[in-house]
Amino acid sequence: MNVPANLRYADSHEWLRAETDGTVTIGITDHAQAALGDLVFVELPAVGRQLKAGEACAIVESVKAASDVYAPIAGQVVAVNEALPGAPEALNADAYSAWLFRIKPADTAAIATMLDAAAYEKLIGED
Amino acid sequence: MLKQTPLNATHRAAGARMVDFGGWDMPVNYGSQIDEHHAVRNDAGMFDVSHMRAVDLEGNGARDLLRRALANNVDKLKHPGKALYSCLLAPDGGVLDDLIVYFLREDFFRIVVNAGTADKDIAWFRRLIAEHAPHLKLTPRDDLAMIAVQGPNARAKVWQALPGSEAASAGLKPFVGTAAGELFIARTGYTGEDGFEVMVPAVRAEATWRALAEAGVKPCGLGARDTLRLEAGMNLYGQDMDEKVSPLVSGLAWTVDLASPRDFVGKAALLANPPAQQLTGLLLQDAGGVLRAHQKVHTAHGDGEVTSGTFSPTLGKSIALARLPKGVALGDNVEVAVRDKRLAARVVKPPFARNGKPLVS
Repeated sequence: MNVPANLRYADSHEWLRAETDGTVTIGITDHAQAALGDLVFVELPAVGRQLKAGEACAIVESVKAASDVYAPIAGQVVAVNEALPGAPEALNADAYSAWLFRIKPADTAAIATMLDAAAYEKLIGED
Repeated sequence: MLKQTPLNATHRAAGARMVDFGGWDMPVNYGSQIDEHHAVRNDAGMFDVSHMRAVDLEGNGARDLLRRALANNVDKLKHPGKALYSCLLAPDGGVLDDLIVYFLREDFFRIVVNAGTADKDIAWFRRLIAEHAPHLKLTPRDDLAMIAVQGPNARAKVWQALPGSEAASAGLKPFVGTAAGELFIARTGYTGEDGFEVMVPAVRAEATWRALAEAGVKPCGLGARDTLRLEAGMNLYGQDMDEKVSPLVSGLAWTVDLASPRDFVGKAALLANPPAQQLTGLLLQDAGGVLRAHQKVHTAHGDGEVTSGTFSPTLGKSIALARLPKGVALGDNVEVAVRDKRLAARVVKPPFARNGKPLVS
């Protein structure tokens, strides 16, 4: 399973990437897309929405089942991947380039509290 | 502890994602479930269906017992090998199971029942036998594995893979089976495509699977099996019907013989309770999600419920079977509650797709 070392992870299977402009990009992990199977529907949060940490804010749905995506850290949505709802299969092809949404974090230190790659690998190894 | 088919190790070695299906450890997909689906619509795919149970009924008067036990009429079975789809009903008209029965000889019928219901069905048949024909012998065939090979190229690939199978099965019409050496080959399936269901001694299952794979038959999991059967408009036991509902509200009236004077278990209850609902197809019109079992359906004639829903790979849209009030007609527009939204859907007549082609739009 692909777990890039330069990303942070939530135990609810989202990845986070700190951008140079201070925003944080969020997606679902390779492990998550593999567990869900072929994705056929994606619903993203509205730009401008304020998210609490742990709040359900997006939906990814495969042929098999629907799954909520959670905001790993609090913040305001500043952008969404508008190409994704028209091509949900991009998540199966590469979960780390098919990002979901980008937030301006309420607390810039919050990302450091997320799992690193080694800890996430350990987590999914125990699943 | 989950039960395993003789092909369990083969699935695991192939990297299949395994799930608990009715107490059995079964492959849900090997790679992309949608690719597996398209392989069956366009070429050939195979499913391990060894969790389903073949049960042999032998002895004089076997047909009489089935006349009493089954809602469909086994008198339709006139030529050896011919198969019949039927519900097995409880006395109150609820569906105990749906099954296929093959007429092999006047004193030998083979019944194939669902995995999760097999023990219950066998106990029920034994009770009917004890009451009406105690000399009949009922033998669950745990020694047989079953592989469904489906798709437009399925039969040709079976003949290529399994020596001797072509001579035995080339002349089979749809819904007819035959013994072929130690195999039993039937031109049946659950996908809306041509193909065979092959019963093989469990000890030969792995070699048979391997030979089929070498002939270019793609291994497919239960995920693709579900999208294929739903596109083909076929019910899934436990989801589209069960012990709590009548076949007459499950789209299965065509399988229930209420015309002949023959009495069968559940007949009186069906006659006493005219159906107030119907099972129909739904085609989602809006974007906004996927139709799923248990979603509420709002119609001009009252509420109903989705019994099975999925994304149809052939149509590229979401489809469903739904139990709706009588009075809802084909072409009507209804609304389905999907999470916090109400999405528009159109009532259509299943099947949605068969033989490689979409049938609704």
